[in-house]
Amino acid sequence: MTEIRNYTMNFGPQHPAAHGVLRLVMEMDGEVVERIDPHIGLLHRATEKLAESKPYNHSIGYMDRLDYVSMMCNEHAYVLAIEKLLGVTPPLRAQYIRVMFSEITRIRNHLLWIAAHGLDIGAMAVFLYAFREREDLCDVYEATSGARLHAAYFRPGGVYRDLPEQMPQYSPSRVHSEKDVRAKNMNREGSVLDFIQSFVDRFPSCVDEYENLLTDNRIWKQRTVDIGVVSPERALQLGFTGPMLRGSGIEWDLRRKQPYEVYPELRFDIPVGVTGDCYDRYLVRVEEMRQSNEIIRQCVSWLQANPGPVMLDDHKLTPPARTEMKDDMESLIHHFKLFTEGYSTPPGQVYQAVEAPKGEFGIYIVSDGANKPYRLKIRAPGFAHLASLDEMARGHMLADVVAIIGTQDIVFGEIDR
Amino acid sequence: MVELVVYVWDSLPLVLQLGLKIGAIILPLLAAVAYYTLAERKVIAYMHVRIGPNRVGPRGLLQPIADAVKLMFKEMIIPTNADRYLFVIAPVLALAPALGAWAVIPFTDTLVLADIDASLLYVLALTSMGVYGVVIAGWASNSKYAFLGAMRSAAQIVAYEIAMGFALVGVLMAAGSLNLREIVLAQSGGIHQWYFLPLFPLFIVYLISGVAETNRSPFDVAEGESEIVAGFHVDYSGMGFAVFFLAEYANMILISALTVIMFLGGWQAPLPFAPFTWIPAIGWFFIKLAGVAFLFLWFRATFPRYRYDQIMRLGWKVFIPVTLVWIVVIGVARFFTPVGYWFA
Repeated sequence: MTEIRNYTMNFGPQHPAAHGVLRLVMEMDGEVVERIDPHIGLLHRATEKLAESKPYNHSIGYMDRLDYVSMMCNEHAYVLAIEKLLGVTPPLRAQYIRVMFSEITRIRNHLLWIAAHGLDIGAMAVFLYAFREREDLCDVYEATSGARLHAAYFRPGGVYRDLPEQMPQYSPSRVHSEKDVRAKNMNREGSVLDFIQSFVDRFPSCVDEYENLLTDNRIWKQRTVDIGVVSPERALQLGFTGPMLRGSGIEWDLRRKQPYEVYPELRFDIPVGVTGDCYDRYLVRVEEMRQSNEIIRQCVSWLQANPGPVMLDDHKLTPPARTEMKDDMESLIHHFKLFTEGYSTPPGQVYQAVEAPKGEFGIYIVSDGANKPYRLKIRAPGFAHLASLDEMARGHMLADVVAIIGTQDIVFGEIDR
Repeated sequence: MVELVVYVWDSLPLVLQLGLKIGAIILPLLAAVAYYTLAERKVIAYMHVRIGPNRVGPRGLLQPIADAVKLMFKEMIIPTNADRYLFVIAPVLALAPALGAWAVIPFTDTLVLADIDASLLYVLALTSMGVYGVVIAGWASNSKYAFLGAMRSAAQIVAYEIAMGFALVGVLMAAGSLNLREIVLAQSGGIHQWYFLPLFPLFIVYLISGVAETNRSPFDVAEGESEIVAGFHVDYSGMGFAVFFLAEYANMILISALTVIMFLGGWQAPLPFAPFTWIPAIGWFFIKLAGVAFLFLWFRATFPRYRYDQIMRLGWKVFIPVTLVWIVVIGVARFFTPVGYWFA
């Protein structure tokens, strides 16, 4: 009689469901997973250390690249932390713009999540449907900040420029006829805000489409219901945040519990799950897309009605207008000082967290009074979630591991940082 | 002129005659397989609000040819630890039954290569042979991913082969023959005589088992792209991969053809009178075949993938009982109810 042993299987880092560079060493009993050992660090870029050697503003771009599917939310935490350290508050319009873009980013993140999660479980159509809408949001990013992904749009003291009055339009080419292009440009005639408004009006029906494909789909339910169940107590102990925690039925949302910016003025609901399985987390995230959509709608109507500055007028912190620089000595000096050595913060330490799409994304800064942080610590939500993979997947089958990785919404930029 | 052709044909040796006949089936079949892949990509693309291949040739029509040429010129890498002999033979084992089964497919009443008595048994035997290619490929690759794919495939085929066999027992009872041509002839008289109506549960079971049998989405756990990457053929490249690809699509077309023959009246027109009879018999056969083949693509575009154990449960606990019950229903209905003629 031969001895029956478990075998070890290597999953990733080159694996279609590894969401980047996840490497799992799995101990398997046939198809059943006995133990999972996630190996991280393959995308380590020393963001925290890099930030220690640069003036504060130079690190904004690094923040985009942490969780590279929810770019502006990372920036948001970073600039809020600096503002807290400096004790400044940006103009109201800037706050509304930031909140609007945070929610646009949340929708972008959840779209990519639903796409990847669907693809992991084999539902290919959702992937492309979600990317169709994501494309429009990329265009909003591009029109506003110049970049489709890594925006670097938020600044301590506001945002670096106001929303543009024009939305870029498609032009006809060999592939796209005049007629196609005219149809595509229909909602691009006005300003960026008009375009966002048209998106907001359209988006709920798009979410209905995804839900049509998945929510009541028997196979989808079989693959997600009762998979990766986390009890509310365990979810708290494991340090879950965001949809992972809400999926387990705990109503915890930093936008409500530790409000920042203009969130107290906005109406939105916090969806929570019941059983804490993959299906509940799916429902929570889908509902979050709808709620974010409503927040954007409120922001758009406020922004359309209330023009104003989007940046503090304190030129120790924010650059002066270029026209002023041409004939104003002081502005020129401000500009030079700001772009060579930046600004110094008072000594002290500060922690600022935002409700990023994946959970609590926090920035902890220790300042010694210099123009760069003495120490910067990033609290990434995905790290705690990935740490629980072993517990969530133990006893499930190989195919469920893929579903659980999908439901955790892991991005390695932030985990390995 | 016609006499001359007949004379030349008759004067050819039998082996050559058969060879030509086989060629006349296989070559169009392979062309159909090639364009089925293009059809798949296009159909799924449109279902996914995108365009699909449109660069090679007009509207992408030369894409399959470009693919074939590319795969032919690629190196076929044999992993160091693989069993070389089995590794090379596995794709052939997968493709050969898929092509061999066409020998007994009746395209029309007269157009069939080998009109053997037990052609249904022959088809069943050959379609279950196909899994050997998959299992051997997974085993010979000597890779854990491929091995998992092979194991999944083996278990799945056992479960669904039984359900499929039982579904065909129903057809067999109704038609009273193992000969595919006679099964089709038993369905003559119009669409209401086709077996998909009286044997509806068996039709559904057969169709779904067919999808499972060909390892197609949502039952593609043997490939399980997002779990075990490509499953049994993860280590194959170049022509080895291409042959597996051909086998998969040839099997899909074969299962479509069998579904048409068993349940959708084969080459018969839906109603045996004028406008319907304007389309020749072979035309009806291919129209129906294309319809069923389209279902395969539709499934792939819409459904998520089942988990391995859920497939097993579906096969053993749902399909096999359903077929068993319906076989009893057929027997009872045929001899003890006034609608018995419907089941014969």
